Amino acid sequence: MLRTTSLFLVLMAVWLLLSGHYTVLITSFGVASCLFSALIAYRMDVIDRESHPLHLWPRVIVYWGWLLVEIYKANIDVAKCVLFPKKYLRPSLFETKASQKTDLGKVIYANSITLTPGTVTVDLDGDVILVHALTKGGADGIKTGDMDQRVTRLMEES
Amino acid sequence: MMEIGLDIATWILLMAGGLLLLITGFGLLRLPDLYTRIHAGGMADTLATFLIFVGLALQSGFSLVTVKLLLVIVFVFFTSPTSSYALAQASFVAGLKPKLGEDDAPQEEPGATERE
Repeated sequence: MLRTTSLFLVLMAVWLLLSGHYTVLITSFGVASCLFSALIAYRMDVIDRESHPLHLWPRVIVYWGWLLVEIYKANIDVAKCVLFPKKYLRPSLFETKASQKTDLGKVIYANSITLTPGTVTVDLDGDVILVHALTKGGADGIKTGDMDQRVTRLMEES
Repeated sequence: MMEIGLDIATWILLMAGGLLLLITGFGLLRLPDLYTRIHAGGMADTLATFLIFVGLALQSGFSLVTVKLLLVIVFVFFTSPTSSYALAQASFVAGLKPKLGEDDAPQEEPGATERE
Protein backbone atom coordinates (compact mmCIF):
# COMPACT_ATOMS: atom_id res chain seq x y z
CA MET A 1 0.00 0.00 0.00
CA LEU A 2 2.91 2.29 0.78
CA ARG A 3 4.33 1.63 -2.66
CA THR A 4 0.99 2.28 -4.37
CA THR A 5 0.66 5.61 -2.56
CA SER A 6 4.21 6.52 -3.50
CA LEU A 7 3.54 5.54 -7.14
CA PHE A 8 0.49 7.83 -7.14
CA LEU A 9 2.53 10.71 -5.70
CA VAL A 10 5.28 10.22 -8.30
CA LEU A 11 2.73 10.12 -11.14
CA MET A 12 1.05 13.22 -9.74
CA ALA A 13 4.35 15.10 -9.46
CA VAL A 14 5.30 14.21 -13.04
CA TRP A 15 1.84 15.22 -14.27
CA LEU A 16 2.00 18.59 -12.49
CA LEU A 17 5.53 19.31 -13.74
CA LEU A 18 4.84 18.37 -17.36
CA SER A 19 1.33 19.73 -17.83
CA GLY A 20 1.51 23.44 -17.00
CA HIS A 21 -2.30 23.77 -17.21
CA TYR A 22 -3.71 24.39 -13.77
CA THR A 23 -7.42 25.06 -14.27
CA VAL A 24 -9.75 23.12 -11.98
CA LEU A 25 -11.16 20.94 -14.76
CA ILE A 26 -7.79 19.90 -16.26
CA THR A 27 -6.18 19.32 -12.87
CA SER A 28 -9.06 17.11 -11.76
CA PHE A 29 -8.65 15.08 -14.96
CA GLY A 30 -4.97 14.73 -14.04
CA VAL A 31 -5.75 13.57 -10.51
CA ALA A 32 -8.34 11.10 -11.82
CA SER A 33 -5.99 9.60 -14.43
CA CYS A 34 -3.12 9.25 -11.92
CA LEU A 35 -5.46 7.61 -9.42
CA PHE A 36 -6.76 5.26 -12.12
CA SER A 37 -3.22 4.32 -13.27
CA ALA A 38 -2.10 3.62 -9.69
CA LEU A 39 -5.24 1.52 -9.15
CA ILE A 40 -4.63 -0.54 -12.31
CA ALA A 41 -0.97 -1.09 -11.34
CA TYR A 42 -2.11 -2.20 -7.88
CA ARG A 43 -4.71 -4.61 -9.30
CA MET A 44 -2.15 -6.04 -11.76
CA ASP A 45 0.21 -6.58 -8.82
CA VAL A 46 3.19 -5.11 -10.67
CA ILE A 47 4.30 -2.68 -7.95
CA ASP A 48 7.14 -4.50 -6.22
CA ARG A 49 10.71 -3.90 -5.11
CA GLU A 50 11.93 -4.18 -8.68
CA SER A 51 9.51 -1.92 -10.53
CA HIS A 52 9.28 0.74 -7.83
CA PRO A 53 12.54 0.59 -5.86
CA LEU A 54 11.54 2.89 -3.04
CA HIS A 55 14.11 1.35 -0.67
CA LEU A 56 17.01 2.83 -2.68
CA TRP A 57 16.17 6.39 -1.64
CA PRO A 58 17.98 8.53 -0.60
CA ARG A 59 21.27 6.62 -1.09
CA VAL A 60 20.73 6.50 -4.85
CA ILE A 61 21.23 10.30 -5.03
CA VAL A 62 24.75 9.93 -3.63
CA TYR A 63 25.41 7.10 -6.09
CA TRP A 64 24.19 9.18 -9.06
CA GLY A 65 26.47 12.04 -8.00
CA TRP A 66 29.44 9.68 -7.84
CA LEU A 67 28.44 8.13 -11.20
CA LEU A 68 28.25 11.58 -12.83
CA VAL A 69 31.85 12.31 -11.76
CA GLU A 70 32.93 8.91 -13.14
CA ILE A 71 31.12 9.63 -16.44
CA TYR A 72 32.94 12.96 -16.67
CA LYS A 73 36.35 11.32 -16.14
CA ALA A 74 35.56 8.48 -18.56
CA ASN A 75 34.48 10.94 -21.27
CA ILE A 76 37.83 12.72 -21.05
CA ASP A 77 39.57 9.32 -21.37
CA VAL A 78 37.56 8.28 -24.44
CA ALA A 79 38.01 11.70 -26.08
CA LYS A 80 41.79 11.38 -25.60
CA CYS A 81 41.65 7.87 -27.03
CA VAL A 82 39.77 9.05 -30.13
CA LEU A 83 42.21 11.91 -30.72
CA PHE A 84 45.38 9.88 -30.04
CA PRO A 85 44.50 6.23 -30.77
CA LYS A 86 48.11 5.18 -31.17
CA LYS A 87 48.88 6.10 -27.59
CA TYR A 88 45.69 5.07 -25.74
CA LEU A 89 43.71 2.54 -27.82
CA ARG A 90 44.01 -0.87 -26.07
CA PRO A 91 40.70 -2.70 -26.56
CA SER A 92 40.20 -5.67 -24.24
CA LEU A 93 37.45 -8.15 -23.37
CA PHE A 94 37.36 -9.60 -19.86
CA GLU A 95 35.05 -11.13 -17.30
CA THR A 96 34.26 -9.60 -13.94
CA LYS A 97 32.17 -10.71 -10.99
CA ALA A 98 28.97 -8.95 -9.89
CA SER A 99 28.61 -9.33 -6.12
CA GLN A 100 24.96 -8.15 -6.01
CA LYS A 101 22.37 -10.75 -5.05
CA THR A 102 19.22 -9.36 -6.68
CA ASP A 103 18.53 -8.97 -10.39
CA LEU A 104 17.91 -5.26 -9.88
CA GLY A 105 21.39 -4.81 -8.36
CA LYS A 106 23.04 -6.65 -11.24
CA VAL A 107 21.14 -4.57 -13.78
CA ILE A 108 22.15 -1.33 -12.03
CA TYR A 109 25.79 -2.47 -12.01
CA ALA A 110 25.78 -3.62 -15.65
CA ASN A 111 24.02 -0.45 -16.81
CA SER A 112 26.45 1.71 -14.82
CA ILE A 113 29.35 -0.02 -16.60
CA THR A 114 27.73 0.70 -19.96
CA LEU A 115 26.83 4.28 -19.05
CA THR A 116 30.47 5.20 -18.39
CA PRO A 117 32.00 5.55 -21.85
CA GLY A 118 35.02 3.33 -22.46
CA THR A 119 33.45 0.25 -20.92
CA VAL A 120 30.44 -1.66 -22.31
CA THR A 121 28.66 -4.69 -20.84
CA VAL A 122 28.55 -7.31 -23.59
CA ASP A 123 27.00 -10.20 -21.67
CA LEU A 124 25.48 -10.86 -18.25
CA ASP A 125 25.21 -14.51 -17.23
CA GLY A 126 24.47 -15.39 -13.60
CA ASP A 127 26.92 -13.23 -11.67
CA VAL A 128 29.56 -13.05 -14.40
CA ILE A 129 29.68 -9.85 -16.47
CA LEU A 130 31.55 -9.78 -19.78
CA VAL A 131 32.99 -6.29 -20.31
CA HIS A 132 34.55 -4.72 -23.38
CA ALA A 133 36.91 -1.87 -22.53
CA LEU A 134 38.41 0.69 -24.88
CA THR A 135 41.49 1.71 -22.90
CA LYS A 136 43.72 0.15 -20.28
CA GLY A 137 42.61 2.77 -17.75
CA GLY A 138 38.93 1.93 -18.29
CA ALA A 139 39.58 -1.81 -17.87
CA ASP A 140 41.59 -1.26 -14.67
CA GLY A 141 38.83 0.96 -13.28
CA ILE A 142 36.34 -1.92 -13.48
CA LYS A 143 38.86 -4.52 -12.25
CA THR A 144 39.43 -2.64 -8.97
CA GLY A 145 35.78 -3.41 -8.11
CA ASP A 146 35.08 0.05 -6.72
CA MET A 147 31.85 0.44 -8.71
CA ASP A 148 30.80 -3.11 -7.79
CA GLN A 149 31.24 -2.33 -4.08
CA ARG A 150 29.29 0.90 -4.37
CA VAL A 151 26.32 -0.78 -6.10
CA THR A 152 26.34 -3.56 -3.49
CA ARG A 153 26.29 -0.98 -0.72
CA LEU A 154 23.48 0.86 -2.53
CA MET A 155 21.39 -2.31 -2.71
CA GLU A 156 21.71 -3.51 0.87
CA GLU A 157 18.95 -2.73 3.35
CA SER A 158 19.27 0.21 5.66
CA MET B 1 25.34 41.29 -14.55
CA MET B 2 23.50 38.09 -13.69
CA GLU B 3 22.31 37.83 -17.30
CA ILE B 4 25.81 38.08 -18.71
CA GLY B 5 27.08 35.46 -16.27
CA LEU B 6 24.32 33.05 -17.33
CA ASP B 7 25.01 33.72 -21.00
CA ILE B 8 28.72 33.04 -20.57
CA ALA B 9 28.03 29.82 -18.64
CA THR B 10 25.61 28.70 -21.37
CA TRP B 11 28.15 29.47 -24.06
CA ILE B 12 30.86 27.46 -22.31
CA LEU B 13 28.53 24.48 -21.73
CA LEU B 14 27.18 24.46 -25.29
CA MET B 15 30.65 24.81 -26.82
CA ALA B 16 32.02 21.99 -24.66
CA GLY B 17 29.05 19.78 -25.58
CA GLY B 18 29.41 20.60 -29.26
CA LEU B 19 33.12 19.85 -29.15
CA LEU B 20 32.40 16.46 -27.55
CA LEU B 21 29.84 15.69 -30.27
CA LEU B 22 32.45 16.55 -32.88
CA ILE B 23 34.95 14.19 -31.23
CA THR B 24 32.20 11.54 -31.11
CA GLY B 25 31.59 11.81 -34.84
CA PHE B 26 35.33 11.70 -35.45
CA GLY B 27 35.64 8.61 -33.25
CA LEU B 28 32.77 6.83 -35.01
CA LEU B 29 34.73 7.06 -38.26
CA ARG B 30 38.20 6.54 -36.91
CA LEU B 31 38.03 3.65 -34.42
CA PRO B 32 38.68 0.18 -35.85
CA ASP B 33 35.61 -2.00 -35.15
CA LEU B 34 32.00 -2.01 -33.96
CA TYR B 35 32.74 -2.48 -30.26
CA THR B 36 35.18 0.42 -30.06
CA ARG B 37 32.75 2.61 -32.02
CA ILE B 38 30.05 1.94 -29.42
CA HIS B 39 32.39 3.57 -26.89
CA ALA B 40 32.67 6.66 -29.08
CA GLY B 41 28.87 6.81 -29.37
CA GLY B 42 28.69 6.65 -25.58
CA MET B 43 30.20 10.12 -25.35
CA ALA B 44 27.29 11.66 -27.27
CA ASP B 45 24.81 9.83 -25.03
CA THR B 46 26.29 10.95 -21.74
CA LEU B 47 28.44 14.02 -21.17
CA ALA B 48 27.60 15.80 -24.45
CA THR B 49 23.84 15.46 -23.77
CA PHE B 50 24.35 16.52 -20.18
CA LEU B 51 26.38 19.65 -21.03
CA ILE B 52 24.05 20.81 -23.81
CA PHE B 53 20.84 20.30 -21.83
CA VAL B 54 22.22 21.95 -18.68
CA GLY B 55 23.30 24.86 -20.88
CA LEU B 56 19.80 25.12 -22.33
CA ALA B 57 18.24 24.83 -18.86
CA LEU B 58 20.25 27.88 -17.74
CA GLN B 59 18.67 29.91 -20.55
CA SER B 60 15.08 28.86 -19.82
CA GLY B 61 14.83 30.83 -16.58
CA PHE B 62 13.48 28.97 -13.58
CA SER B 63 10.29 27.49 -15.01
CA LEU B 64 8.61 24.24 -15.99
CA VAL B 65 10.77 24.17 -19.11
CA THR B 66 13.86 23.77 -16.87
CA VAL B 67 12.27 20.72 -15.25
CA LYS B 68 11.40 19.24 -18.65
CA LEU B 69 14.95 19.73 -19.95
CA LEU B 70 16.41 18.06 -16.84
CA LEU B 71 13.89 15.19 -17.17
CA VAL B 72 15.15 14.59 -20.72
CA ILE B 73 18.67 14.08 -19.28
CA VAL B 74 17.29 11.55 -16.78
CA PHE B 75 15.42 9.59 -19.47
CA VAL B 76 18.41 9.56 -21.84
CA PHE B 77 20.67 8.33 -19.00
CA PHE B 78 18.26 5.47 -18.29
CA THR B 79 17.65 4.38 -21.88
CA SER B 80 21.01 4.88 -23.64
CA PRO B 81 22.92 2.11 -21.78
CA THR B 82 20.06 -0.27 -22.60
CA SER B 83 20.39 0.41 -26.33
CA SER B 84 24.21 0.23 -26.19
CA TYR B 85 23.95 -3.11 -24.42
CA ALA B 86 21.40 -4.41 -26.95
CA LEU B 87 23.76 -3.47 -29.80
CA ALA B 88 26.85 -5.02 -28.18
CA GLN B 89 24.99 -8.16 -27.06
CA ALA B 90 23.42 -8.72 -30.50
CA SER B 91 26.80 -8.39 -32.24
CA PHE B 92 28.44 -10.71 -29.71
CA VAL B 93 25.73 -13.38 -30.01
CA ALA B 94 25.90 -13.12 -33.80
CA GLY B 95 29.58 -14.07 -33.48
CA LEU B 96 31.38 -10.82 -34.26
CA LYS B 97 34.80 -11.01 -32.62
CA PRO B 98 36.23 -7.76 -31.22
CA LYS B 99 39.75 -6.72 -32.20
CA LEU B 100 41.84 -6.94 -29.07
CA GLY B 101 45.10 -5.79 -27.56
CA GLU B 102 46.67 -4.10 -30.54
CA ASP B 103 49.82 -2.23 -29.76
CA ASP B 104 49.03 0.44 -32.30
CA ALA B 105 45.79 1.20 -34.00
CA PRO B 106 45.69 0.27 -37.66
CA GLN B 107 42.86 1.03 -40.08
CA GLU B 108 42.97 4.74 -39.58
CA GLU B 109 43.95 5.53 -43.13
CA PRO B 110 41.29 7.59 -44.89
CA GLY B 111 40.69 4.70 -47.32
CA ALA B 112 39.61 2.37 -44.53
CA THR B 113 36.99 4.72 -43.13
CA GLU B 114 35.49 5.81 -46.41
CA ARG B 115 33.58 2.62 -47.08
CA GLU B 116 31.57 2.90 -43.83
